[in-house]
Amino acid sequence: MTTPPSPGLLSRWRPTNLSGRMARWGLVIVLIYGLIALITPLMIHLGLLADPNAGLDNPIYATPSLQHWCGTDRLGRDVCVRTLSGVGVALQVVLLALVVALVIGVPLGMLSGYLGGWFDRVLVLLMDTLYTLPVLLLSVVLAFLLGRGLPNAAAALCVVYIPQYFRVVRNQTAQVKAELYVEAARTLGARPLWILRRYLFRNVITSVPVLLTLNAADAVLVLGGLGFLGLGLPETIPEWGGDLQQALTALPTGIWWTALYPGLAMFVLVLGLSFLGEGLEAWVSGGDRGRGS
Amino acid sequence: MSRRRALARYLAARLALVPVMLLLIASLVFLLLRVAPGDPVDAVLGTRAPEAARAALRSQLGLDQPLLLQYGHFLLNLLRGDLGESLNSQEPVSRIIGQSLPASLELGLTALLLAAVLGLAVGFSGIARPEGKLDLAGRLYGIGTYALPPFWAAMVVQLIFAVWLGWLPVGGRFPATLLPPQGSGFYLLDSLLSGLGGGNWQQLGGAVRHLVLPACTLALLLSGIFTNALRLNLRRALASDYVEAARSRGLSETRVVLRHALPNALLPVLTITGITVASLIGGALLIEVTYSWPGIAFRLQEAIGQRDYPLVQGIVVVVAALVVLVSVTVDILVAVLDPRIRF
Repeated sequence: MTTPPSPGLLSRWRPTNLSGRMARWGLVIVLIYGLIALITPLMIHLGLLADPNAGLDNPIYATPSLQHWCGTDRLGRDVCVRTLSGVGVALQVVLLALVVALVIGVPLGMLSGYLGGWFDRVLVLLMDTLYTLPVLLLSVVLAFLLGRGLPNAAAALCVVYIPQYFRVVRNQTAQVKAELYVEAARTLGARPLWILRRYLFRNVITSVPVLLTLNAADAVLVLGGLGFLGLGLPETIPEWGGDLQQALTALPTGIWWTALYPGLAMFVLVLGLSFLGEGLEAWVSGGDRGRGS
Repeated sequence: MSRRRALARYLAARLALVPVMLLLIASLVFLLLRVAPGDPVDAVLGTRAPEAARAALRSQLGLDQPLLLQYGHFLLNLLRGDLGESLNSQEPVSRIIGQSLPASLELGLTALLLAAVLGLAVGFSGIARPEGKLDLAGRLYGIGTYALPPFWAAMVVQLIFAVWLGWLPVGGRFPATLLPPQGSGFYLLDSLLSGLGGGNWQQLGGAVRHLVLPACTLALLLSGIFTNALRLNLRRALASDYVEAARSRGLSETRVVLRHALPNALLPVLTITGITVASLIGGALLIEVTYSWPGIAFRLQEAIGQRDYPLVQGIVVVVAALVVLVSVTVDILVAVLDPRIRF
């Protein structure tokens, strides 16, 4: 067994086990992506980078060169700029979706676990049914109905993740509810809302960061999938999945640069988030355990 | 209570939930398609279509009736296996699904088989030295294959093996120059039969050549799940008391791993397979589109592009029902096979 790294001492944190190292690499990758998301719009605004939608002056399908580092796509848009701009877009949508899922799923789960009874049963059945459905299928249907747009895509994603928070929080709440100190508080006359906030929330919320990070990784993939299927975001917003869909038509002619860079950006971001999530999980559970147990 | 009776009760409860879940899914899809913003009529005809045409389509789709009546019709038709007609081709939705389902199953089952072999091999290879290089590589493999965007992986594979090397076709299910084999719709099986019957092996060759790239890509993406599951369960099994006992009896390490730990670690992998099916469908959706594989997911994407509401509704209901059935089957299989499970 490896000992978990001591918290709070990032400077002295030199983990030797894989989980610790993965968490560190994940954190570095995610921070770099965050930085790119912040800087790219600024650079575009200052004119240091081209507009991701401007392409009329450029040759179409130009091979990577000094002028266009990653080449241009079928409308002459710079692949490099579009890939960089995609970072901010992906992070925005995923963050929005997960925060909404969290805000709906966590209270619902706590309430359901605390109240029990038929309210709990009906919700559990509904959420379990939603949970059984393939993530992509569900979000494809929702995105199809909601149409294209940033809030729409976020909404389509968020419905997929509500059942996950609901399940975790509900089960933990039901568990904590049976603890002696909760019972003691109830005997002393504490109101349900107070108990929920004071005793249950703090206990339950610890498992959320891990789930949040792993879900973020998943959500990036699902958003890309939606874009690839022609759903999700409007065409004017540079999004990796949508760009890859357009790259697919040119692929048989050997044009590789429009396909390589957006996909690579997505892969590395998902990898970073997964590393971070797995590392966090190992750290929270205090051992070197992977996902899927 | 004896285990047998407990098992019977568990099975009954699990099976009783199946129709409820199916009803819930069907209702959910129905409700979503009716209540969600966006009028199907607008979606099909556009907002500027003449009112007469809009009214005609509305009554064709049954949208002019009260919601509850529509819902009743929908459920009744569903029970009779009638999923409505495609707006685009006027064909019954059930026939379209019946035609494209074999292609999806052929791809999915082949990929699942390859994924299990590949994933279990990678997961098992690290077991000789836990925390060793091979073991850690297995863990990274699991995360790496998960992090690959399916369609991107498919595009890269296509680019390398079909476009640059030219070894295999870029997409499609069968060579355009040949007549597809007749029969069950499973080209692999049909062309094998025709090869055995008439000595015509060209069809089989064509079917296999088209299947290789999509199946291998999907298998690569799914194999990580098996790797992870086997790694975790083997490690847990090896740390258990009965393995300790086996070791202390002086059994060889090979025998301990192969005869004592592995069988116990493989059963949970079956559960994982059940879960995999759901993500298989997500992945297959994208793989089919990338390779223009004419399966059910490819049809779904077409239907979405053409705003073909009945077809989208039908495909989603059928696929969701399949997922529920598979996950319940796996649950029951595990409960029957694994004597350790208590209810």
